Amino acid sequence: MDVLTEAYAWLNDPLNWTGRRGVLALTVEHLRLSGLAVLLAAAVALPLGIWLGHRRRGGVITVVAANTSRALPTFALLTIFAATGLFGATATVLAVAVFAVPPILSNTFTGLMEVDADVRDAARGVGMSGGRSLALVELPLALPLIGAGLRTASTQVLATVPLAALVGGTSLGSIIVQGMALQRYGQVVAGALLVAVLCLAVEGLLALAQRALTPAPMRARASRRRRGPAPDDADATTPAAAPDAAPARS
Amino acid sequence: MSAVPGSVVAVTSPHVPSAVLAAAGDPAANPWLSWDYVQRNWSDISRALEQHTTLTVQAVLIACAIAVPLGMLAHLRPRLAAPIVGTSSVLYTIPSLALFTVLVPWTGIGRTPVLIGLVVYALLVLVRNVLVGLGGVDESVRDAARGLGYGRLRLLLTVELPNALPAIVAGIRLATVTTVALVTVGVVVGYGGLGNLMFRGFRNNKYHAEILTATLLCLALALVLDLFLWLVGRAVTPWARRGREA
Repeated sequence: MDVLTEAYAWLNDPLNWTGRRGVLALTVEHLRLSGLAVLLAAAVALPLGIWLGHRRRGGVITVVAANTSRALPTFALLTIFAATGLFGATATVLAVAVFAVPPILSNTFTGLMEVDADVRDAARGVGMSGGRSLALVELPLALPLIGAGLRTASTQVLATVPLAALVGGTSLGSIIVQGMALQRYGQVVAGALLVAVLCLAVEGLLALAQRALTPAPMRARASRRRRGPAPDDADATTPAAAPDAAPARS
Repeated sequence: MSAVPGSVVAVTSPHVPSAVLAAAGDPAANPWLSWDYVQRNWSDISRALEQHTTLTVQAVLIACAIAVPLGMLAHLRPRLAAPIVGTSSVLYTIPSLALFTVLVPWTGIGRTPVLIGLVVYALLVLVRNVLVGLGGVDESVRDAARGLGYGRLRLLLTVELPNALPAIVAGIRLATVTTVALVTVGVVVGYGGLGNLMFRGFRNNKYHAEILTATLLCLALALVLDLFLWLVGRAVTPWARRGREA
């Protein structure tokens, strides 16, 4: 267990925490890139998902997007973007954002599609226009699923950003990649622990935030959805049909 | 980086150094698609493809061998379901870069850490689908079997498991496609199949053809394996097709 001692020593060295390439600076950069990527993806996926869901069509697009993003390796897109001359951070944010679009898109779409047809009818019946019905009735009802999509995307982005270290991006992954290059396995283990802890911590925080923001009556429904498709769901067997099935891995 | 076979790059890559490219001043000298590249490096490409395929297949098979019994156990003892799914969810949250590398001090660089990581990630998808499949069996079917005097284990093996097959096959397909994409990350420990080609192409003066060829092969491999599993799924559940046609 010599490596663990080394990792412990690395984590205990204040010089590794401060400075331009220190843990603190890298964590901030990691979070900044992740935040930008999620914002960028949301800026594309939310309007599109809301529009498609409101019009009640375009399910094929969301399924194709989800399937393609599963089959296309994140590392491939990172490499392609990095090779086209985009510099570190831009290439990273763009590549990672592409993979954050499908979970947000399909959850937003499904959330709006799942709004009870009777509720929509009632909204139209009391004289609401399509836009008002969307803003006041459909969107609030879809919020739990949209939130779940954003959470899935955020966790996924956070886990993907370290990969960019392989092609010149800066993040907590840089500690791991540098450690591998120098064969300092203590540093590798320390870096891997830091990345894992960051991901688990943010995932936990987002879960709490989602719980706090979901109105109490909707909690049961939302938690049931997150656990996966209902067993009697006819589509439960088609892999892409479940919006909250495991996201693309990276 | 020691993990990447840098010396191999110099020996096997036939393309022109960047200085020459710059001197030629021809921007088309680095095309994204190049049949010439594929022909000249076929032995290299096929080796990477083979590594990629065998890793994927092996990882999914091992994950199946663990996930199906684990899912059945969780189904028989519902109290175990939450911890089993919870643990695999936590493991799934850990980034692959971290999981692959953290194993290196104990496994060494190469196939083993990648394989272990891939199995871990495939597990969550599979266990979840096995559970959903077993839980989704029609209650009246269960009742009928029980009425015929089936014991718990016989019910599980001869009634519930066949009925859960569509969900299990769907899980295997999902896990396979995810694994194909994930293998590329193995490049961090020098064993990434087609990912090695991508990385080498990037380091080698951003050799576009090498990067894109590997990417397209990845997509093709995912598609082929998915189609194959879809056919297997159809073959092992002939009743589902008959039911739909009737």
